[in-house]
Amino acid sequence: MSAPTLPAALADATRDDASLRRFLHGLPGVDQVGAEARATALATRSIKKASKLWAIDTAISMVDLTTLEGADTRGKVRALTAKARRPDPDRPDTPRVAAVCVYPDLVATAVEGLKGTDIGIASVATAFPSGRSSRQVKLADVALAVESGATEVDMVIDRGAFLEGRYGEVFEEIQTVRQAAGPAHLKVILETGELVTYDNVRRASWLALLAGGDFIKTSTGKVSPAATLPVTHVMLQAVRDWFTATGELRGVKPAGGIRTTKDAIKYLVAVHEVAGEQWLTPELFRFGASSLLGDLLLQRRTQQDGHYSGPDYVAVD
Amino acid sequence: MPAFEYAPAPESRDLANLKPSYRPFIDGEFTDGSGEPLKTVNPATEEVLAEVGTAGAADIDAAVRAARKAFEKTWGPMPGSERAKYLFRIARLIQERSRELAVLETLDNGKPIKESRDSDLPLVAAHFFYHAGWADKLDYAGFGPDPKPLGVAGQIIPWNFPLLMLAWKIAPALATGNTVVLKPAETTPLTALVFAEICQQAGLPPGVVNILPGAGDVGARLVEHPGIDKIAFTGSTEVGKLIQRQVAGTAKRLTLELGGKAANVVFDDAPLDQAVEGIVNGVFFNQGHVCCAGSRLLAQESVVEELLDKLRYRVSTLRLGDPLDKNTDIGAINSAGQLTKIRELADSGEAEGAQRWTSPCPVPDRGFFFAPTVFSDVHQSMRIAREEIFGPVLSVLTFRTPDEAVAKANNTPYGLSAGIWTEKGSRILWMAGRLRAGVVWANTFNRFDPAAPFGGYQESGFGREGGRTGLEGYLDV
Repeated sequence: MSAPTLPAALADATRDDASLRRFLHGLPGVDQVGAEARATALATRSIKKASKLWAIDTAISMVDLTTLEGADTRGKVRALTAKARRPDPDRPDTPRVAAVCVYPDLVATAVEGLKGTDIGIASVATAFPSGRSSRQVKLADVALAVESGATEVDMVIDRGAFLEGRYGEVFEEIQTVRQAAGPAHLKVILETGELVTYDNVRRASWLALLAGGDFIKTSTGKVSPAATLPVTHVMLQAVRDWFTATGELRGVKPAGGIRTTKDAIKYLVAVHEVAGEQWLTPELFRFGASSLLGDLLLQRRTQQDGHYSGPDYVAVD
Repeated sequence: MPAFEYAPAPESRDLANLKPSYRPFIDGEFTDGSGEPLKTVNPATEEVLAEVGTAGAADIDAAVRAARKAFEKTWGPMPGSERAKYLFRIARLIQERSRELAVLETLDNGKPIKESRDSDLPLVAAHFFYHAGWADKLDYAGFGPDPKPLGVAGQIIPWNFPLLMLAWKIAPALATGNTVVLKPAETTPLTALVFAEICQQAGLPPGVVNILPGAGDVGARLVEHPGIDKIAFTGSTEVGKLIQRQVAGTAKRLTLELGGKAANVVFDDAPLDQAVEGIVNGVFFNQGHVCCAGSRLLAQESVVEELLDKLRYRVSTLRLGDPLDKNTDIGAINSAGQLTKIRELADSGEAEGAQRWTSPCPVPDRGFFFAPTVFSDVHQSMRIAREEIFGPVLSVLTFRTPDEAVAKANNTPYGLSAGIWTEKGSRILWMAGRLRAGVVWANTFNRFDPAAPFGGYQESGFGREGGRTGLEGYLDV
């Protein structure tokens, strides 16, 4: 069951079901009051002027521009890819987003729309968002995404199995998807809104990291609460601890509910101070968001022009 | 990849409405003090902020006389429900002027604006609101029917939380029907004098509150004054002992809130990341100028290395600098004298063989600053484990068993506060019953609430402030 690259102590943790359980339950607990107080306190950082502009550009470059609706069409995805290529057509110096994120059946359309760019093509898979289906269906979902050209796969974990304490199954499923995804980047969605406690979030984070997830991602965006600051703190702490233990850098992606520049900057401050400066790159931190980009572009203009211009100056897609 | 530099985000200094000179407040009026004026300095820049008139012997007499008269004629006889109205009004005025007071406090004291804005001022207002609520309910406070006030209280407060310590002293005194003569610390008199303005604004009867700036001599005269019924002092153990000697043999009541050398005990089953936050908050809050600071970290040996790694990283993210900058975590040391004392004690730690680690944060050239410092390999016999440093310096000791943790935590002449970090509820209760400390925090540190009594054991003083228990110090019961 163990991945070959892990240091001995961690490899041991994944030897069998019982070891995995012991390891996850042996992780230090998270004190809810303390974790939330820290997140609230850090959110009072005041980011102004040059540092704000830097933060806005960095945030834009970390956006996974997302559409995950039943009503998604090829037209909608094409509009999204056009915006990903040129977020603010009047200002060609605006950074591009990190990736576009769509359902597997629309990956081909996204690939076409992003041809010639290095923008990632992310696809949700594994019976997103609930993850309630057979292994075959989940893997078929992954195969569709990857074969259509997805460079990043956002899988969901089996929360039912996790909450029942069947950690080995969750672990094994992530590994299987990891293999099925091939060279694609694997983001593991924990759906923290359904795990509820911070202790669970920490355990699920380690589980996903042990199983080889490149990123741990908070939410599908379909469950409330989606991403929150304290949950993201716990996950950032996990990737930092992982780095301390293994020397490997893994990423974090909060998704859902982050709509304003102000919110995004709070997340960047958390990345900066909880995980560390190294994580301030799209390789290691992403925002899963649909409407955030619009506000980032608007605030970018405000910073550059010295006055607010209004939402009509930014594309709605 | 450029670093995420936070551009300066200073709060406007103008909000403080700083005046070139301030004067003592006696019998409802600001009057020229007959003492030698003092200059109060911004510890972050070493600039003189203002000249402050101080109280001479005659002023102290006048203030005590005014307080006596107010006690006998207006404030003492006033129904509690009426006193409550004044206290509620003061609390609301503090909230209305909280930005001004926060900036002024930061200028005069050196603490980061983040703390004066988010901790000090909200707590100051909360203390007045809380005690306003008691004023007409003293019959139900558990001291029998109609408990009587003591009379005139002489109150001497320190420089670490100038306005908050004023609130801790004045709010319960006034709620219970006493009148006060208060001496703010020599280095931080400004917010107390703006508070005097608020008393005027609230229409508080003259003489109920008198504020006498000055140095130790003013405090000494106040303690000796025969017109005083009660002395309440917060400050160093050294001065506390002196006061206790002076008051001995008189009818004066006394409460003392003195130094501390609190143990923050971290067990191996603690929520480590939050424990790190608690340790940082425990000893670096307000530059460590906190009498209940968790200045001794007692970590279980099985977890000490992991804890120290996390702690050093966390401490290295603390931002030291301009206290008015909203992103500053560690402000200025309050005075050159205090800085010298901290340096001397830190050097003794090194000389006695402890391992010194100092945050690599940049330190400004001007002003009084001391970078956060963590000493590991500290033993109970070292000065940095025994003496109160009152600065951003943490001493890390270890223990093996819960019994040893209790023994080491209690091995101090002080006993003001302690912290316990463990996920095991039964152990928290077991420890709390054995720790000789007035306040025991579990899985948190430095949390204050006006409803929670605060005070110490042994050389940390006696008497409690806050809560129902705190009322007792101002009642003849």
